[in-house]
Amino acid sequence: MTTLKQQKQIHAILLGTLSWTIALILFFPIFWMVLTSFKTEIDAFATPPSIFFWPTLENYLTINERSDYFHFAWNSVVVSFGATIAGMIIAIPAAFSMAFYETKRTKTTLLWMLSTKMLPPVGVLMPIYLIFKDFSLLDTKTGLTIIYTLINLPIMVWMIYTYFKEIPKDILEAARIDGASVMQEILLVLIPMTKGGLASTALLSLILSWNEAFWSLNLTSSEAAPLTALVASYSSPEGLFWAKLSAVSTLACAPILIFGWVSQKQLVRGLSFGAVK
Amino acid sequence: MAYLDIKQLRKAYNETEILKGIDLEINDQEFVVFVGPSGCGKTTLLRSIAGLEEVTSGQIVLDSTDITQLPPAKRDLAMVFQSYALYPHMSVKENMSFALKLAGIEKAVIEKKVKETAEILELGPLLERKPKDLSGGQRQRVAIGRAIVRNPKVFLFDEPLSNLDAALRIQMRLELAKLHKELKTTMIYVTHDQVEAMTLADKVVLLNQGKIEQIGSPLDLYTKPANKFVAGFLGMPRMSFLDGKIVSSGTEGIQVQLAAGENVSLPTRETSLSTGTPVSLGVRPEHVSISDVANGHLQARLEVSEHLGSDTYYYVKTPTNESITIRSDNQNKVNDNEAVGLQLDLTQCHLFEKEGNRIY
Ligand SMILES: Nc1ncnc2c1ncn2[C@@H]1O[C@H](COP(=O)(O)OP(=O)(O)OP(=O)(O)O)[C@@H](O)[C@H]1O
Ligand SMILES: [Mg+2]
Repeated sequence: MTTLKQQKQIHAILLGTLSWTIALILFFPIFWMVLTSFKTEIDAFATPPSIFFWPTLENYLTINERSDYFHFAWNSVVVSFGATIAGMIIAIPAAFSMAFYETKRTKTTLLWMLSTKMLPPVGVLMPIYLIFKDFSLLDTKTGLTIIYTLINLPIMVWMIYTYFKEIPKDILEAARIDGASVMQEILLVLIPMTKGGLASTALLSLILSWNEAFWSLNLTSSEAAPLTALVASYSSPEGLFWAKLSAVSTLACAPILIFGWVSQKQLVRGLSFGAVK
Repeated sequence: MAYLDIKQLRKAYNETEILKGIDLEINDQEFVVFVGPSGCGKTTLLRSIAGLEEVTSGQIVLDSTDITQLPPAKRDLAMVFQSYALYPHMSVKENMSFALKLAGIEKAVIEKKVKETAEILELGPLLERKPKDLSGGQRQRVAIGRAIVRNPKVFLFDEPLSNLDAALRIQMRLELAKLHKELKTTMIYVTHDQVEAMTLADKVVLLNQGKIEQIGSPLDLYTKPANKFVAGFLGMPRMSFLDGKIVSSGTEGIQVQLAAGENVSLPTRETSLSTGTPVSLGVRPEHVSISDVANGHLQARLEVSEHLGSDTYYYVKTPTNESITIRSDNQNKVNDNEAVGLQLDLTQCHLFEKEGNRIY
C-alpha cells in the first residue's frame, strides 16, 4: 500500500520528468545551434555530429567582417518595438469597446478579425507589394512597422479582449461615477488592473515581429532589412555553411532571448498579481 | 439641498419596457428605499438616476436642474455597488481619494477628508491595505467611505448588504441608519429585503414589473396597502387572502360572506358596494387566532406548524382549500391535521376588490 504522501511524491517526480523532457526537446535545437556556431565548417558538417571539438570564434569574426550586424539588429529593434507600441495603442481601445460596449456584431467582428490570420500571407503579397511601391514604403522601417502592426493586431485585440472581459463592469462604472473620463477609466483603472495580461500581449507581439521573415524578406532589401533578412542571406548563395548560418542565427536570436529572459520574472509577477482579487 | 424629481421615466431594452413611467419625488435628507421582487427594475431605476443607464424618455431633475442627459460624473451623486466595485490595484486610501484626485482637489485637503471619513467608518488602521486583504464587511465600509468623501448630494446604494452574512448585515444596517442621521444627506437604497426597507426607510417605494405600486412610510404601506400586491409583499409571514362576496354595505359596516365560512361584518365608512360584488379579505398572521372549533369565524385544518421559540407559525387550510397563516405567541400544542376554529380580528382586516385594489 502506498500512502497518500508517497503517491504525491510519485506524481511530483513523474510530472517533473515530463516537464523536463518537454523543455529539453524544445530547447535542444537552440542548444545545437549555439554549439554549431562555435565549430569550424568541417566539424559542423561531420557525420556523426561531433560533440567534442575545439571551439572557435572564426564564424563570428567572418560575419562581423562580411555584414554590419548592428545595422540589422537596430532595424529589428525599431520595427519590433514600433509595431508593438502601435499595436497596443490600437488594440487597447478596440478591445475596450468590444469588451464593455458589446453589440450584436462584436462576436462576429472578433471571429472575422481572427479569420484574416488564416489567409496565407502570400495570397496578399502582390497587392501589398504594389501598395507599398506606390506609397514608397518598400525597404523602409515605417513600411515594415505598419505591416507588422497589422498582422499582429487580430491576435492582440483578441488577447486583450479576453483579459478585459474578466474585469467586472461595476469597477469601470464606479470610476465613471467618481468622475473619470473614458481616457482616465482606461489609463487609471483598466490598464493597471490588466497589466500582466497586457505585458504578455506586448511580449508576444514583440517576439512575433522579431521573428517574422516572410514580409521582411519580400518588402526590404538592405536599408530596412531586419535580422531575419540577415539570417536568410547566409542560407542560400554559395552552398550551405552550417557553422556560419548557426552563428548568424544565434546572433539574431540572442537579443530577444535575453529580453524574454529578463522580462520573464516581471511577466509572471504581473500575471499573478494583476488578477482582480 | 437635494430635491430629486423623477417624471414619467421610461426605459426599454430593445422592445421590452423595463420601467413603465416612474413618477417619484424625493425630498432633501430623505432615506428612500426601493423595494420589490427580483427583476422588477429597482437596479435599472437606480442606474438611470446615476446616469449609468440611458433612459428612453422622461425626466430626472435634481434641485431644479435637468440631469437626464448629464454624464454620471456631472450629477453629483455617489453610488455604492452590490459587488463593492473597489479598485483592486489601489490601497484603501487611494480608493477613497480617487474621485477627489480626479476633481483636482488639493492634496492636503484630500488627506484631511480621507482621514475624517476613515474615522467615521473606523477604517483608520486599514488605509494602506489593498481591497483583497479586507473582509467583506471592511470592503463594504471602504465602498461607503469612497462615496462619503465626495460629499455628494445624493447617495445611491444597490443592495449593499446582500453579500454579507446575517449578523454583519444587521450591524451594517444599524450603522447605515446612524450614518444617515449623521450626514443628513439624501439616500436612495435598493433592496429586496423587506426588513431593511421597513427599518431604514423614511419613504418606501414599492416597485413591481417596472411600475410603482405604492409610495409611503413603511407603516403606511404595512397598515394601508394600496392593493393586494403590496399587502402580500410586505410582512413575514405573508398576509392570507380569503375569497368572499358582499352581502350588504351601509353606514354600520360591510357584511361579507366568506366562501369558507360564515358572514363577517367589517366596520367601515364605505357604502357604495353593490351586493354580490366578489371581494378578497386580507388578514395578517398576527390578526388571526386559534379558537375552539365551535367559536371561530371559520373552520380549518392544521397542515404544518413552525416553532420559532418566541413565536409559532401555524399554516392551516380551510375546507375550500384556502391557505391561512397564523402567528401566535402562546405555545398551545396543536396536532397536525387537527381541526381548529379561527378567530379574525375584524378591525384589522383588509378588504380588496377582486382585481386587487384596496376597498378598505
Ligand atoms: N442590459 C439589459 N438588457 C436587457 N434586459 C435587461 C438588461 N438589464 C436588465 N434587464 C432586465 O430588466 C429587468 C429589471 O432588471 P433589474 O436589474 O433592474 O431588476 P432588479 O429589480 O434590480 O432585480 P434584483 O432584485 O434581482 O436585482 C429584468 O427583467 C432584467 O432581465
Ligand atoms: Mg438589482
